[in-house]
Amino acid sequence: MKVLVAVKRVIDYNVKIRVKADRTGVETANVKMSMNPFDEIGVEEALRLREAGKATEVIAVSLGAQQCQETIRTALAMGADRGILVQTDVELQPLAVAKLLKAVIDKEQPGLVILGKQAIDDDSNQTGQMLAALLGWSQGTFASKLAITDDGLEVTREVDGGLETVKLKTPAVITTDLRLNEPRYASLPNIMKAKKKPIDVIAPDALGVDPAPRLKVLKVEEPAKRQGGKKVASVQELVDKLQNEARVI
Amino acid sequence: MRFTLSEDQEAIRRTAGDFAAAEFLPYAAQWDEQGIFPVDALRKAADLGFAGIYVREEQGGSGLGRLDAALIFEELAAACPSTAAYLSIQNMVAWMVDRFGNDEQRGRFLKRLTSMESFASYCLTEPGSGSDAASLKTKAVRDGDHYVLNGTKAFISGGGASDLYAVMVRTGGEGPKGISCVLVEKGSPGLSFGKRERKLGWNSQPTAMVIFEDCRVPVANRLGEEGEGFKFAMSGLDGGRLNIGACSLGGARACLEAARNHLMHRRQFGQALAEFQALQFRFADMATELEAARLMVHRGAASLDAGAAEASMHCAMAKRFATDAGFRICNEALQLHGGYGYLKDFPVERYLRDLRVHQILEGTNEIMRLIIARRLLRP
Repeated sequence: MKVLVAVKRVIDYNVKIRVKADRTGVETANVKMSMNPFDEIGVEEALRLREAGKATEVIAVSLGAQQCQETIRTALAMGADRGILVQTDVELQPLAVAKLLKAVIDKEQPGLVILGKQAIDDDSNQTGQMLAALLGWSQGTFASKLAITDDGLEVTREVDGGLETVKLKTPAVITTDLRLNEPRYASLPNIMKAKKKPIDVIAPDALGVDPAPRLKVLKVEEPAKRQGGKKVASVQELVDKLQNEARVI
Repeated sequence: MRFTLSEDQEAIRRTAGDFAAAEFLPYAAQWDEQGIFPVDALRKAADLGFAGIYVREEQGGSGLGRLDAALIFEELAAACPSTAAYLSIQNMVAWMVDRFGNDEQRGRFLKRLTSMESFASYCLTEPGSGSDAASLKTKAVRDGDHYVLNGTKAFISGGGASDLYAVMVRTGGEGPKGISCVLVEKGSPGLSFGKRERKLGWNSQPTAMVIFEDCRVPVANRLGEEGEGFKFAMSGLDGGRLNIGACSLGGARACLEAARNHLMHRRQFGQALAEFQALQFRFADMATELEAARLMVHRGAASLDAGAAEASMHCAMAKRFATDAGFRICNEALQLHGGYGYLKDFPVERYLRDLRVHQILEGTNEIMRLIIARRLLRP
């Protein structure tokens, strides 16, 4: 079984985000970029499946500008077998990504597709679900455990009330939650091997998909500055403020 | 001349940085304070190939160069100079076995060393021979297919904790040509250790004397021929010096970042410290010195990788400059922190204590000057 993992290039989680002066987005020039952490978890899970003999090949797919090759290299250095870059400078929104991924999947025919539950830049949390719908496949989102059974998959999902375990038929789309695994570091020998692994570069045209954005961003703003705290004299005053000022109880 | 890292080097640097930030940094203060030798963290580093960085790939190493190593050690030392420096010693011994050992010895030792199943120590210095290393007195007398060792090695990093000791011993007459290098396993009869030394820094690795009393070591554990040991020891040190220089870069960089953070946030006389020009100038000098030191370390690494005739001199220059600059930068960062810099709740004082010894070991900075002058003033 082939496993396809989607990996997105995002601003590193350690970077302090700056909003552009014209409020059209966030500053990405000269900013450290990394693989979306949830996608790293996806790569790790796919590698574990391969190491357990449940998967034969792990393919890392990224979509976006040419620099996304670095993100694919990271996946290859972790151990993925090959990469595919759908290269475009157009801003990609979840629906476009899902359509492009579907086109890649139609060609590659993987038995399992793993995505991060969301990317830490736009926090959309849509691509996996949209992709499953477009493919007409089963989906197991927010997975904290994944087990391959004789007749499909068992996925433990992190839901509001606790954990929910569902049975899925394959092929299926999985999106990862934080507790699914702890991703490995790429070892030095694997970093060196990664550059010999192939990355196919495809244009959206070749996949017959129009990736143009359907949603328009009106403005991007920084969150409001945190207000300073207040001291209260008595429990009575605290309760009063929580009820009438903060209106949280 | 190119001043940019290759894509691979960038990936290596990033991996080392991510690893150090997650596996060293959160624990470094505790390791320092409680004198913990972080065996598990070191083995995790070995899993990534950090214990055999320039050991050949077919021997279980990572097959990389000295510049790659310098990048790795800077990143690791930005989290914990002491632990990074221990790893440098492991790399030095592993490289010596790969470079100067025979096939049988490589088969017997290298896998253990690159995986850090076995920890290694490098034993050159003695109580009576430090800078004058070639005057060492530890004697190895041949007895059939064994050597019988008598003598004491001092300031041995990993002493007592390590499993394998690369020991420079005297098998022949006086001077460097009478010295050989033998590998001594922990548990050998006649091998014992002094008390654990109490130190200013480098507290995440034990230091002790290593004592040989009629200690029997198989002749099969000798690297190369009799009389070649001093040459091996010195070529091991070329790389060791670069690594120590790189460890100073890492520690200094961490202090520079801490100082930057403090200058930006600390306010006195109604403004941030960063707005005082006197402090701006000092900060700019620190950053400039760090950059100069980094260039010299990278130059030394490139020189050693290329096998250049001046490699030893370049390594000595880089070690002298980077370790002096590194300590000065930490000291300045501490000063810029004011009273807070002196507190253990802030990281600067740990880096300062750790980096102080880099000016002393792997050849003191006075000996570095001697190496440079000897090379340049040859008649």
